[in-house]
Amino acid sequence: MNFKRYLLRRLLLALVVLFGLSIVIFSISRIMPGDVATMALGSTATEEAKETYRIANHLYDSKPQQYLYWITGVFQGDFGTSTSTNRPVITDISEFLPATLELVVMAAVILVLLSILLGVLAAKYRDTVVDGIVRVLSYIGVAMPSFVIATLLVLLFGHVWQVIPVLGRLSYGLVPPETITGFYTIDALLAGNFAVFWDAFLHLLVPAFALALGGLCQEARIVRNSMTENAGKDYLSALRGYGVPEGKILRKYQLKPSLIPAVSCMGMDIASLMGNAFLIETIFNWPGISRYGLTSMLSKDLNAIAAVLLIFGAIFVFVNIVVDLIVACLDPRIRLGGAK
Amino acid sequence: MSKHIQEEVILEIKGLKLWFKVYQGYSKVLDGVDLTVHKGEKVGIVGEAGCGKTTTVKSILDILPEGQYVIPEGEILYKGENVLTMSDRALGKVRSSEISMIYQEPSAALNPVFTIGQQMMEVVKNSAQGKGKSKKEQKEMVLVAIRDVFIPDPERIFDYYPVQLSGGMKQRICIAMAIMTQRDLMIADEPGTALDVTIQDQVHKTLDRLVEERKMSLIMITHSLGVARELTDSIHVMYAGTVVEAAPTAEVFRQPLHPYTIGLMEAVPRLAGGGIQAGIYGSIPDYLYPPKGCRFAPRCPRATEQCLAEKPLLTDVGHGHKVACFHWKED
Amino acid sequence: MAVSARKREKELRRALAFEAKRPETRTISSMQEMRKENLKKAWYRFSRNKMSVVGLVVVILVILAAILAPYITPYPEHAGAFTDFANSTKAPCAEYLFGTDNMGRDILTRIIFSFQGALKMAVLVLIIAVPVGTCLGLLAGYMNGTWVDTVIMRVADIFLSVPALLLALAVASILEPNLTNSMLAITIMWWPWYTRLVYGVATSCKNEYYVVSAQLTGASKSHIIFKEILPNCLSPILTKMSLDVGWVILMGATLSYVGLGEQPPIPSLGQMVSDGARYMPDKWWMTIFPCLAIIVIIMGFNFMGDGIGDMLSKGDSKYE
Repeated sequence: MNFKRYLLRRLLLALVVLFGLSIVIFSISRIMPGDVATMALGSTATEEAKETYRIANHLYDSKPQQYLYWITGVFQGDFGTSTSTNRPVITDISEFLPATLELVVMAAVILVLLSILLGVLAAKYRDTVVDGIVRVLSYIGVAMPSFVIATLLVLLFGHVWQVIPVLGRLSYGLVPPETITGFYTIDALLAGNFAVFWDAFLHLLVPAFALALGGLCQEARIVRNSMTENAGKDYLSALRGYGVPEGKILRKYQLKPSLIPAVSCMGMDIASLMGNAFLIETIFNWPGISRYGLTSMLSKDLNAIAAVLLIFGAIFVFVNIVVDLIVACLDPRIRLGGAK
Repeated sequence: MSKHIQEEVILEIKGLKLWFKVYQGYSKVLDGVDLTVHKGEKVGIVGEAGCGKTTTVKSILDILPEGQYVIPEGEILYKGENVLTMSDRALGKVRSSEISMIYQEPSAALNPVFTIGQQMMEVVKNSAQGKGKSKKEQKEMVLVAIRDVFIPDPERIFDYYPVQLSGGMKQRICIAMAIMTQRDLMIADEPGTALDVTIQDQVHKTLDRLVEERKMSLIMITHSLGVARELTDSIHVMYAGTVVEAAPTAEVFRQPLHPYTIGLMEAVPRLAGGGIQAGIYGSIPDYLYPPKGCRFAPRCPRATEQCLAEKPLLTDVGHGHKVACFHWKED
Repeated sequence: MAVSARKREKELRRALAFEAKRPETRTISSMQEMRKENLKKAWYRFSRNKMSVVGLVVVILVILAAILAPYITPYPEHAGAFTDFANSTKAPCAEYLFGTDNMGRDILTRIIFSFQGALKMAVLVLIIAVPVGTCLGLLAGYMNGTWVDTVIMRVADIFLSVPALLLALAVASILEPNLTNSMLAITIMWWPWYTRLVYGVATSCKNEYYVVSAQLTGASKSHIIFKEILPNCLSPILTKMSLDVGWVILMGATLSYVGLGEQPPIPSLGQMVSDGARYMPDKWWMTIFPCLAIIVIIMGFNFMGDGIGDMLSKGDSKYE
C-alpha cells in the first residue's frame, strides 16, 4: 500500500517538474533579449521573411498566450519548424533520437558494470596497489571533460592504434539495417545480418566508453567508499563471526547495502550522459540528437533548442523515477515505508 | 559457585594488550587483560563505558577493524589454542561452530536489506551441523530457533525484513541466530542495553534459559551490577583496559576488594536507600597518555606513591578471589 | 579473515617504534598550544592522503602562475592577437617548450594566460551561486512544510532535472558568446545544488534540541537561521565549494570548446583544444598540452577538495 502511494507521489512530482521545466525552457527560448525572428533567421533575412516567421510563431501575442500555443503544439507532437533544416522539428528528432539512445544505453551498461567491478575490487584490496590504481584512474577520469576524453580517444584509436573504428555509426559501404527500433545493433540482429551488427557494435564501443568514463570513475569511487564504510558494520562482523566465507560476505552481504547510495547517484550520472553526449557525438561524428541540438544552439534554432531540452528533461525525469524504483527494490526500508 | 573451578578451562586470555591507531599515536586501550572461562560457566564482565569490554570480546573472534590496531602482547587461548596466531581455516571453524556472539545494538547486527530468513539460513549453511543438510532441514533449524526465543509465528517472521521488527524482536532474532547450532561459548555484549527495561528483562531471561539448557559457557558484558548478579557465576570487573578484580559473583557482592568495585557498588542507586551514594569521581583516563602505574590511581581514594609508579598485578587472595591492588586489605 | 601474520608483525614493529619516541604525558598547557595542536590535527587530517598535498601545491602554483603570467611567461605578447607565421605550428623545442600554434604563438604562454579566465570564472560563479543557493536552502529548510519550502525546492528540482551542461549551453548560446555570459549561464545552473545540500542539513538539524531550545528562549528567526542552523551547514558547503572549483572550470572549458566562452584572441583552454583538433594528429602538441593543462588543473582542485573534506569531516571513525 505504502509503496503504491510512494510511486504515485513520485509520478505526480515528476509531472510538476516537467511542467515547470517547460516554462523555464520557453522562457529561455522566447524571453531572451533581442528580436526572436532576427535571431532565428539571421541578420541577413529580409523584413518580409521575418514578418512571416513572427506571424507563424505567434510572436505578436502575449507571452502566456505564446506559451499556450507552444505547449498545445508539444502535446500534439508539434515542436514547430527547424530554421536550420527547414523540416518539422519532430521529424528531425525521430530521425536522430534512436542513435543517441543507442549510444547512451551502451554507455550506461559500461558505466554500471565497470564501476561496480572497479569499486568492489578497490574495496576488497583496500589500501593496496589495486586500490591505489583504481583511485588514480578514477581521479584522472573524473577530471577529464568529455571533449578531452573524446579528443584523446580519437587521437589514440583514429591515428595511433587503428584497431577499432571510431567515427560514425557504420563503416563506409555498409547499408544500415531496416529501421525497426532505430538501434543499428538490434535492427541488424532482427534482420539476421551479423556483419552489420558486429560493425555497428564496434563503432559503438569507443564513443560509449568516452561517454561513460567520467561517470564511471565517479561511481567507482562511490561504490568503493560505501563498501569500505559498510565494512565495519556489526552485521558483517556478525556473519564473519559465524564463519560465513569472506568472499560471500563481500559479494552479497556487503555489496547489496553498499549499492543503494551508488545506484541513486548512478541515476543522476546516467541521466547526465545525455548532456555529455553533446560533445561526444560531435567529435565522433555520431548522427544523434545531441549533435543536432548543439548545431541548432550554435545556429540559434529556437524551436529545435526547446524541443531538445524538453525531450532531454523528460528522459532525465523518467530515468530518475526508474532509478528510484530500483533503489526501492534494493532497500526494504523505503519499500516498506518504515524508514525513520 | 566454585563448582566450575574443577571443570576444564575453555577460554583463557593472558595479559592481552591492544592499541588502536589514532592520529597522535597509539591509544593503549587494553593494558593486560586476564580472563578465564570454564566449561559451563557464566562469566560477567562489568565496567563503565569505554573501559575496553567490547574490544576484549571482539578480539576473541578477531573481528576488530583490520589494520587499525596492534596487539603488542598477550594471548587468547581457546581450548588451548591461540586465536591470534591461528590459521584462517582453524579460525573459520571456531567462528562457524564454536563461539557465537550477540551484539549490543540489535538493529546494527542485522543486515537491513536481507530478510531474517536469508540471514539465518546463511548462518546455518556455514555451521558444522547445518552443512550438507537439505534446504528444508536447514529451514526447519531456523524456524525451531526462532520459536525457541519465544517468537510466535516463525514462518511469517522468516520473510520479514529487520525494519519490520521491534528492537526486542530483533535482539531475540540475534539470540536465535547465536543458539541455532550447538556452540560451546556464547558472548553477549550488553544484549539489553538498547532496549526498554521490561523487554531487557525478557531478553536476559531468554538468554539465560537457553544457555542453561544447552550447557554453554557465557561471557556476558554489562555495565549493570544488578544484571551481573542475577545472571552470572563469576564476575570480572574491568577498569580502563585492565581486569581489576575477578571472583565468583557471590564473593564479589559479599566483599568487594578493589576500590573501583567498591565505588561502582556505591554508585548504584537503591530504591530504598534514598539519594545517590558517593560513587567515583572523575572519568576514565586518556588512553593516549595513560597513567604510568595503576590506571585507577588518579581517581583512587587509597592511592599512594607506589600506585603512581608501579602497576599492581592481578593476584589471588583466597576463595578464588583475585584483585589487582596494593591496598586491598585496607578499608 | 586474519591479515597475514607478516603484515601484522610489520604493523606491530612500527607501532612499538613510534610509541617509544612519543612523550608519556600530554604536553599541552596553554590555550595557544591548544590552538596549535588543533591546527596540527587539521593539517594531519588534510595531509594524511598525500594526494591532497599534491593538489594543494598544484592549486597554489596555478594561482601564482595566473597572477604572475605577464612576468613569468616567455612571450607575454603572444597572449593576444599576435601573429608570427614564420614560426607557426612549430613542434616543441627549447625555444617553444610546448610548441607554437597556427599563428606562431607560444602554447605555454597561452596556457598560463588562460588560467586567468578559468580562475576568474570559478571564483565569480561560486561567489554568486553559493550565497544564493545557501540562503534559499536555509529559508526552505527553516520554513519546512510551508508553501515557501515547496516553491523553492520544486524550482530547484526543475533546474536539477536537466543536465547542467545542457541548460548552460542553451542559455549561453542564446546570449552573446563571451566570458560574462558563460559565467551567467553556469551560475544559473549552479545554485540549486547548494540549495539542496543546505536544505538537507537544515531540515535535519531544525528539530535538534539546540534549535528547539533557542526557539523556546525566544531567539529571533535570523538568530536561529544564521547562528544555529548555518554553522552546521558550513563544513559541507566548504567541502562542496572546494570540489566545485574544478567542476566550474571543467564546464567553462566545455563552453569555450564549442565557442561559447572567452572569445579569441584571449586564450582559453577549451578553445585551444578545439583549434588544435583541426591539426590532428600531425600537430599533436596543439591539442595535447591544453588537454593536459585542463586535466592537471581540475585534478589539483579535486585533490585539494577531497583533502578539505577529510579535514572538515567530523571523525569518520571512532578510532580517529
